[in-house]
Amino acid sequence: MSTVETDIRQAVEDAAAHLYVWALKDIPQDLRDALADASERETSVPGQRVLQTILKNVQIAERENNLVCQDTGIAVYYCRVGEHFPLHPARIYQALYDGTMRATLDHPLRSNTVHTLTRENTGPNVGYRVPIVHWDFVPDWDGLDVKCVPKGSGSENMSFLKMCVPADGVKGIKQFVLESIVGAGGKPCPPGIVGVGIGGSADYAMHLAKEAIARPVGTRNEDPLVAQLEEELTGLLNETGIGPMGLGGDVTVLHCHVEHADTHMTLNPVAVNYQCWAARRATAHVGADGTTEFDREA
Amino acid sequence: MADHRLTFPASEEDIRKLRAGDLVTVDGHIIGIRDRSHIRIFDEGIEPPLDLSGAFLLHTAPNVRKRDDGGYDPMCIGTTTSARMVRFTEGLGRDYGVRAIAGKGGLPDEAIEPMREHGMVYFAIVGGAAALETTQIEAIEEVYWEELMPECLWKFRVKDFGPLWVGIDSHGNSMFHDVNEQATKNLEDILARL
Repeated sequence: MSTVETDIRQAVEDAAAHLYVWALKDIPQDLRDALADASERETSVPGQRVLQTILKNVQIAERENNLVCQDTGIAVYYCRVGEHFPLHPARIYQALYDGTMRATLDHPLRSNTVHTLTRENTGPNVGYRVPIVHWDFVPDWDGLDVKCVPKGSGSENMSFLKMCVPADGVKGIKQFVLESIVGAGGKPCPPGIVGVGIGGSADYAMHLAKEAIARPVGTRNEDPLVAQLEEELTGLLNETGIGPMGLGGDVTVLHCHVEHADTHMTLNPVAVNYQCWAARRATAHVGADGTTEFDREA
Repeated sequence: MADHRLTFPASEEDIRKLRAGDLVTVDGHIIGIRDRSHIRIFDEGIEPPLDLSGAFLLHTAPNVRKRDDGGYDPMCIGTTTSARMVRFTEGLGRDYGVRAIAGKGGLPDEAIEPMREHGMVYFAIVGGAAALETTQIEAIEEVYWEELMPECLWKFRVKDFGPLWVGIDSHGNSMFHDVNEQATKNLEDILARL
């Protein structure tokens, strides 16, 4: 039993180490397609040149086996843990921590993590409560899905929360999203993905907004009402004219993704979490026997 | 909208020729700087250990590999959000003769007047395009304040560095001001239709 556990722990650590670097180097096909589509749609001269430069950069990263963007971010992992997966989440966390550290030292990657008060660097992209791991638990299953979303600061700094009131309605939600993105301008490296979380509570709305940016680009929420809001917001955001890198143009966002939760009758929270054009994510499926499949499109 | 090629360090005369919206490609030497190195200079009052007159400052904290001889090789060098560092603009021009500040996402309007007065420009780069940017960096020639890693002061030698847009020129014009003004108008129209 202890041998199996050691092997599984190693498999999860290896998965984390691979995912972190892989996500930084090789962006998903759905994102590449969305960027190419944006490049075709854009009519402003600076906007076109920005998008051509972005596409060229993605190719150079591939050719040179280099990172797409220098910001190695803060390592965020989303775990779906099967009820029968043979490694306890407490050990999964340690494996993700060690994998993040190993990838940072071996590559080497820039170390971003600092103590939030002293601002002293805490080491190879790990620290107190870093990496950040979110958990879902799945009954009647023995597998583990790990999605790594290295989140850069340029986009994360463009996060906004408003506790709208019920009388603000859906209009209040739309208004806040639009004002947030116009206010953000070129800072979060547009055109990216606007993640919106609505409902739940203050903290949960922001969690949902972050979950929204980690979805494959352009996927739609299963709830048709929410999907309709995604379509509408994507269109309206692209009417603002902020454009690629805030230099003006037609394409301000690639897509707007919305996640929702039911909420209190007197709450109407709306959270915005921006994801830059280099919307990096990579997933591993780890089986109960430690076999790992990597999945760039999940 | 003109295209320019400039070598840094540059003179005030070179900088005054540039107009907002122009495209620029840069050769020569550029200095990497970031939040902590600015804070050290302006808030802690520690003089920078190199001459910044005529300099091109790039908002960056690179991924590097340390060599056995103590030097650094560039691995992945890109550009960070400039707006966080806007309050240092005036001091950089007035006290140190900096001629260009480059980063991504633009500088707020409070940078316009110091840039006009001191003959400076803001260059907008494509944020996130670090793999490309790295190919334009020939060498890391010096690293100062290594204890701030990765937010040290870096001296890079560059060739064909760009594309860069003159986001703010030294004549009171800002692409970011204009885009924001238009976007604010567009937003009013959109909100009226909701």
